[in-house]
Amino acid sequence: MNKYVERLYNGVIKENPTFVLMLGMCPTLAVTSSAINGLGMGLSTTVVLIFANLLISCFRKVIPNGVRIPAYIVIVASLVTVVQLLMQAYLQDLSKSLGVYIPLIVVNCIILGRAESFASKNEPVISVFDGVGMGLGFTIGLTIIGLIRELLGAGTLFDQPVLSAIEGFTPITIFIMAPGAFLVLGFLVAGMNIIRKKMDEKGKPLAEPAGCLSGDCASCSQAATCTGKDNVKKDDATKEDTKKETAKSDAK
Amino acid sequence: MSTLTSLLLIAVGSAVVNNVVLSQFLGICPFLGVSKNTKTAAGMGGAVIFVITVASLVTGVIYKFVLANPALLKNNIDLTYLQTIVFILVIAALVQFVEMFLKKKMPPLYQALGVYLPLITTNCAVLGVALNCVTYEYNLLEGVVYGFATAVGFFIAIVLMAGIREKIEYNDIPKPFQGTAIVLLTACLMSIAFMGFSGMI
Repeated sequence: MNKYVERLYNGVIKENPTFVLMLGMCPTLAVTSSAINGLGMGLSTTVVLIFANLLISCFRKVIPNGVRIPAYIVIVASLVTVVQLLMQAYLQDLSKSLGVYIPLIVVNCIILGRAESFASKNEPVISVFDGVGMGLGFTIGLTIIGLIRELLGAGTLFDQPVLSAIEGFTPITIFIMAPGAFLVLGFLVAGMNIIRKKMDEKGKPLAEPAGCLSGDCASCSQAATCTGKDNVKKDDATKEDTKKETAKSDAK
Repeated sequence: MSTLTSLLLIAVGSAVVNNVVLSQFLGICPFLGVSKNTKTAAGMGGAVIFVITVASLVTGVIYKFVLANPALLKNNIDLTYLQTIVFILVIAALVQFVEMFLKKKMPPLYQALGVYLPLITTNCAVLGVALNCVTYEYNLLEGVVYGFATAVGFFIAIVLMAGIREKIEYNDIPKPFQGTAIVLLTACLMSIAFMGFSGMI
């Protein structure tokens, strides 16, 4: 397979950020109350992701290793500001319904994660394709969750009446409210656990969840720098160090 | 309405009614990741209260006196569009600074909260609170109260969740639901319970 097509396949199917890697859970829960919100959030994240990958890949030899994370954050934050201002100008309704979650794209772990694990090590063109693949994967994930929640919670799809056109249909409003987000995601994770087990039996294991849902990583945005278990180990080590230091100062 | 009443409304509203985790979905990652036992959950919650309160004060001051203060520059340029970039950098620097300060001056507090501090740098709740203070047009005092109360809401949610998870350990859960799935379903039920507070204000 062409290496550029392979990047797209990787982002959309093999390492889908929502279903397989389980990254970026805050926006996944918060903005999927309708399909259009999910789609809008996914596409704005995609735009930021593509340009962040491009810029970081171009500057990868210039950015000193010690300050790379702050440098990435500045690049991403600038891009997010551009997207935010454009949406305020041309897509006011969407911008209002997504609210604070647009500037919060800055701390979305997918973007820093791709910057650290892919764009900082690869050529600009393939990094852009990686951004497109990952962004589309995220968009598809958010839209599907949005569709499920909107269909059950309001009986519509993209604001077109579907179930609500049937006489006597009562929407299960809880699905478009806060608890519905946790409920849908809980069943989604359980479903993925079943698929994961089947794939393991077939001998084609899926990629492991990489972010917050792996249970070890305390802050998903730093999944890139302090992934899962290493992070917890590091914490224990720092704790020991602190204990030793305080013991020393006590002795003094 | 007197100042005290409005402050009280902000505090109750952000701590329980619009709980930061269960209804605004900010800080989901530590909520799922660091809620395995009540002791670490309380440590994380304490660190979040500390950081968010300090961060909402500092970002509030910077916003009021630098970004939203056109007289500062010669050409009366409005700098408010820089808020996202400035806030995230200020928060990252602040967390580093707080960590160094606590390590040097208050070792007992550092030992209790220190390991959680680096993890909070890019916690979306901190940035979310700073940005919300601007959106809701809070003054400095209201902003700090809002930040503190939001963080208390986080503390309540994560400690409750850790308490429930300690009990879930001994339950017989269907295989696919073990781990994160059952935690999300528990969060769903907690979120329904917290919706009960919405009649308060």
